[in-house]
Amino acid sequence: MAEITLIDAIRQAMDEELARDENVFIVGEDVGKRGGVFRATVGLFDKYGEERVIDSPLAELSIVGVGIGAALYGMRPICEIQFADFIYPAFNQIVSEAAKMCYRSNGEWTVPMVIRAPYGGGIGGGLYHSQSVEAFFAHVPGLKVVVPSNPYDAKGLLKAAVRDPNPVIYLEPKKGYRLIRGEVPEGDYTVPIGPAKVTRQGSDLSVYAYGMMHYYTLQAADKLAGEGVNVEVVDLRTLYPVDKQTVLESVRKTGKALIVHEDNLTGGYGGEIAAIIAEEAFTDLDAPVRRLCGPDVPAVPFSHPLQDWFMPNPDKIAQAMRELAAY
Amino acid sequence: MELSNDTQLEMYWMMLLSRRLDERAWMLHRQGKIAFHISGIGQEAAQVGAAFALRRGEDWVTPYYRDLALMICLGYTPRDFLLALTGKQGEPTSGARQMPSHWSMRKANAVSHSAPVATQCSHAAGIGLAIKMRKEDKVVLATLGEGSTSQGEWYEAVNWAAIHHLPVIFMVENNQYAISVPADKQMAVASSADKACGMGLRGISVDGTDVYSVYRTVAEAVADARAGKGPTLVEARAYRLTPHSSDDDDRTYRSREEVDEHKKKDPLIVGRRILEEAGLLDQAKIDEMEARVKEMVDDAVKFAEQAPYPDVADAMFPVYAEEVRRG
Ligand SMILES: Cc1ncc(C[n+]2csc(CCOP(=O)(O)OP(=O)(O)O)c2C)c(N)n1
Ligand SMILES: [Mg+2]
Repeated sequence: MAEITLIDAIRQAMDEELARDENVFIVGEDVGKRGGVFRATVGLFDKYGEERVIDSPLAELSIVGVGIGAALYGMRPICEIQFADFIYPAFNQIVSEAAKMCYRSNGEWTVPMVIRAPYGGGIGGGLYHSQSVEAFFAHVPGLKVVVPSNPYDAKGLLKAAVRDPNPVIYLEPKKGYRLIRGEVPEGDYTVPIGPAKVTRQGSDLSVYAYGMMHYYTLQAADKLAGEGVNVEVVDLRTLYPVDKQTVLESVRKTGKALIVHEDNLTGGYGGEIAAIIAEEAFTDLDAPVRRLCGPDVPAVPFSHPLQDWFMPNPDKIAQAMRELAAY
Repeated sequence: MELSNDTQLEMYWMMLLSRRLDERAWMLHRQGKIAFHISGIGQEAAQVGAAFALRRGEDWVTPYYRDLALMICLGYTPRDFLLALTGKQGEPTSGARQMPSHWSMRKANAVSHSAPVATQCSHAAGIGLAIKMRKEDKVVLATLGEGSTSQGEWYEAVNWAAIHHLPVIFMVENNQYAISVPADKQMAVASSADKACGMGLRGISVDGTDVYSVYRTVAEAVADARAGKGPTLVEARAYRLTPHSSDDDDRTYRSREEVDEHKKKDPLIVGRRILEEAGLLDQAKIDEMEARVKEMVDDAVKFAEQAPYPDVADAMFPVYAEEVRRG
């Protein structure tokens, strides 16, 4: 099996899906000749042509709206939002249209589409090239929200998303695009949307994370192992609908829960995990649920020390683990 | 594009049926039997003219809430409408989830729409894109109000259709008002059709009270679209003869004299005059039509009165395509 990067896995998934199903097409800004500003679609324009790898006008709302229309007709669009930070113009189409179509038509119409968006900080992108947007969409019934943390899942989840009959928001931890490597089989496979995954077995505390923060959490857990603390790590992978069972099973075993995300704390996705644990595993807890998140400022500042201050990293996560383990 | 005598009479029939159904809804509202009505009175000619320019059932439509007459031309029935007005079980467009007049009819390729205005326009562009990708011989009709052409959503959609020469007809039903705000507070141009020139498509304004003029204009646009000549923006000039909705009081912003003046150009009066002058319609025939309409509307009211309300056990579904029960 070849070891490839996260972004290569994402490209492979799209390549294979374009080859598999002629209804699949890609639409977004600079996805064609340029192959995407992050090069996620490199080579696909030459291979599949301008009708299936479409350079859209610079207008996110209609990237999604046109995708919805095509999906209603029976196509399988993969819409790329260049940076998650620029998804807000399309918010109305995602939340009012894609998410509600099935329910509001009592199942007459469904919207099989994928919206891919690179998210997250730590890349010197400042306020508008660093945002995490998952909490907005993980609040919306009708959407599925997926965040891969490694190349194997990235490929399998994206293929599952393309084949899913619903709108799927697929958020890519862009800091990990070339940093995170892993083994990926060349042929066809999918990773089901829905289940979370225990990626490290442990007994002292459970840490819940996804995307880039999951990558850092594994590093921090290694460090803690050297200190004699046994950390269990859960990669949430699908944020909505949430895999309650895996969340609860882990905390029932360890009795302690830490949730890590880089999105800011208040109203963030971690609150939902904390609430699930509080409601359904209260008597299993040996310590208060903890959250390690970005601070409540509008977004990640540009200057390096400021960015470092904002971002959770393996050291900060290790420290939070230590404190919780010692409780 | 010549219309047979029978077809001309059929078009008048559709306008009449829609009108009487619409009037009954107002009456039921006054009687306290329904909670809400939003009316298409004054816009029937625009809608019926456009509908008859399509291959109904094959071509696609993304309608908006005033399009009762358009939907009737596509096979929507008085019983369907009464179930919607009363929110009863079996309501076919949404299972009574949506407010009345939020259409959807999959079997007629009429797409479900929401309440935020103009969102359907990018769906129309996406459907047009899919038709083009599959090299099919179909067109899409998107309708909206003139106020809704102020939305960025609309410009993005029209721009898309123009860039890619998509087979879309955008028909603006200019009824002079957006709730209380007159058209000259929505746009600095005299006609919404004038907006076409800035986006590179044909724009044409037509008397929207003359069903046969609208038919000819839209039929030409449809022929162009089918011939691969791209989209057309049609403005059908009409007048909203009723308050915006049953929650509105239009005396607070326009005079009775103004409304009365426009009643002289009621599309039913205009249509009747044209048919009478052509020797196709007389009082006896009208009496016969009116009797038939009354029977249908009475039947629908009774049918809806006797229908049960939806079962709340069904209200959780279907949020996702997997939950849709077919057949
Ligand atoms: C995005 C959005 N903003 C506000 C409203 C409330 N609203 C409903 S209809 C309407 C006026 C629409 O006017 P126009 O587009 O001219 O259509 P008409 O109702 O006259 O047919 C408004 C403001 C809405 N439905 N959607
Ligand atoms: Mg209007």
